[in-house]
Amino acid sequence: MASSSEGLTATGYIQHHLQNMTYGKLPAGYARHNADGTSTVLENSTWTLAHSSQEAKDMGFTAIHVDTMGWSILLASLFCFMFWRVGKKATEGVPRGVQSFVELIVDFVNNTVKDIFHHKNTMIAPMGLTIFCWVFLMNLMDLIPVDWLPSAAMWVTNDSHFFFKVVPTTDPNATLGMAISVFALMIFFSIKEKGAWGFVKELTCHPFFAPKKLWYLNIVLIPINFILETVALIAKPISLGLRLFGNMYAGEMIFILIALLFSVGLVLGVVGGVLQWAWAVFHILVITLQAFIFMVLTTVYMAMAHDNHDEEH
Amino acid sequence: MNINLTLIGQSITFFIFVWFCWKFVWPALLGVMQTREQKIAEGLEAAERADKDLELAQKKATEQLKEAKEQAASIVDQANKRASQIVEEAKEQAVAEGERIKAAAEAEVEREISSAREELRGQVATLALAGAEKVLGASVDAKAHAEMLDKLAAEL
Repeated sequence: MASSSEGLTATGYIQHHLQNMTYGKLPAGYARHNADGTSTVLENSTWTLAHSSQEAKDMGFTAIHVDTMGWSILLASLFCFMFWRVGKKATEGVPRGVQSFVELIVDFVNNTVKDIFHHKNTMIAPMGLTIFCWVFLMNLMDLIPVDWLPSAAMWVTNDSHFFFKVVPTTDPNATLGMAISVFALMIFFSIKEKGAWGFVKELTCHPFFAPKKLWYLNIVLIPINFILETVALIAKPISLGLRLFGNMYAGEMIFILIALLFSVGLVLGVVGGVLQWAWAVFHILVITLQAFIFMVLTTVYMAMAHDNHDEEH
Repeated sequence: MNINLTLIGQSITFFIFVWFCWKFVWPALLGVMQTREQKIAEGLEAAERADKDLELAQKKATEQLKEAKEQAASIVDQANKRASQIVEEAKEQAVAEGERIKAAAEAEVEREISSAREELRGQVATLALAGAEKVLGASVDAKAHAEMLDKLAAEL
């Protein structure tokens, strides 16, 4: 791609690759910079595709990453459709072809979840399966050479500044969005299992609790507990989302840096090809592992939400 | 890299797909897998049972064969015994029959002898009378000497 638009520097190339296709609202009176150096001032606030990273930034929260949403929904639909079809046509006899593959994954997820999660909740295992397959598929997009799909999108739209980022998990919105859902479920199940009072007690009476004789100590201990527990609680979804994002973003970054070598020359191009292959092979491990970790941690958090600490006090 | 509405969009997407998987994908697949598991377990159990049954049947068959052999042997034994018994009985019967025939013959002989004796006795008087007539040269009144004659005949 670097060769297709000659004005682009290495920095520009990298930045272009890291910018999502953003559809959002630009405020009234915003000056848009055109390609020829002029600028147009918007009379009304408009919903539009961002033409530059600056525009995407200026859209603020009222914007959506079309590529992230599109790819993640497409991949999740692919997963759901495939598994649903196999489930519908599944035979109780000897499983063959896709069915054995699907059953292998289902069995693997089911056993993993069963090892971690001992409460009665039929939703956790299917959620684990969805997370594992979905995150894996989204991560898998990283193995498609970095320029293929963006170049194809540029060719289709005939716009050399068209932003198109194919790996949804390199977008913190996607990973943190999933983490927030997990967080919401954590709180929901905590309150459902222990009651609102139990949840509050868990946050305030937890690591330190004075016995009845020294009850006045609790006046000091409760705020300490609350701060500690709240930080621990909020750290869970943030670390969950950022871990996946960080791994995938770093991997994508290295792919982009390797891709820069292709435009330098034949020798370095060949070196780049070898490097890209090696990194892709290593990345197969990373994407699977990250999908697995996301699933396991979600299950662990769900188990923690169901665990009742009441008996300890 | 900006945080925006995508965050919420992705959360909603997450819930929708988890719900779909929970309601439609998971039960179908797991149901099939569990049914198969059960089927396999049942099959294995049936095979084991059949194995046991076969062993039992073999044992029973050998037992029955042994029993039949024993029975046959005992029947043959009994038959042999019976045969010798019959032979014995026949022998005894033959001996008894022989005895009976012999006794009958002896009785017949006795009867013949006594009848001959009777006949002789009847004739003795006449012969003696004739002899005496010849000796005396006169007729002997049979009536007068009947007593003596009878005595004579009885002595014979």
